[in-house]
Amino acid sequence: MPNRMSMVVFSGTVDKLYPAAIMASGAVAMGMDVEIFLTFYGLDAFRKGMPQTNQKMDVNYAELAPMLAQLMKEKNVPSWYDMLLKAKEMGHVRVHACAMTLDLMGLKKEHLDPIIDDVVGVGEFVSNAKEGEITLFL
Amino acid sequence: MAVSTEERIILDARGSFCPGPLMELIRGIKQATVGETIEVWSSDQGSRKDIPFWVQKAGHELIGMFEGPDYARFVVRKRR
Repeated sequence: MPNRMSMVVFSGTVDKLYPAAIMASGAVAMGMDVEIFLTFYGLDAFRKGMPQTNQKMDVNYAELAPMLAQLMKEKNVPSWYDMLLKAKEMGHVRVHACAMTLDLMGLKKEHLDPIIDDVVGVGEFVSNAKEGEITLFL
Repeated sequence: MAVSTEERIILDARGSFCPGPLMELIRGIKQATVGETIEVWSSDQGSRKDIPFWVQKAGHELIGMFEGPDYARFVVRKRR
């Protein structure tokens, strides 16, 4: 069985993009390959320019958002995007865009952040995930 | 930040959050040569479990873990 962690990233809020980046880093640290499938709001968060500007947080915790943002700034926590870039530099991390979402939004790969490796269909992602040991949904 | 002394490489990852210090150590080990000693400083709680676990799994040697009031020092020898 490949030593692999697969992740479906559906959410586009910063509070969910952090765990995606941190889990990817942890998996790389433990010598695992990581496959990330970006769909819906998760893919929206990877449109060109979005990783650097998106500050959306889960509305259920809206009252906590400013405090968390402030704390992260004070403590110099790197952005989720920088963490993901670092994980990608250090190990095998592949970032895939959901073909269906791209079609739906009328986007092309060139509209997306360069961290994205390719555009894949759900079938390909699922059949790859099937071979791995861990699959997460965020 | 890396400071190279005669006998060991020091990686100061204080103030960096999980999994930052571990990532610094992995990067440092990659760049070091077999037999070299690397010391990583971490103020992150997770490191106390993560670093020894990774060192064992990756086949290196944890020479020591020294707890201070504000941070811990992990001394690791690259074995392969």
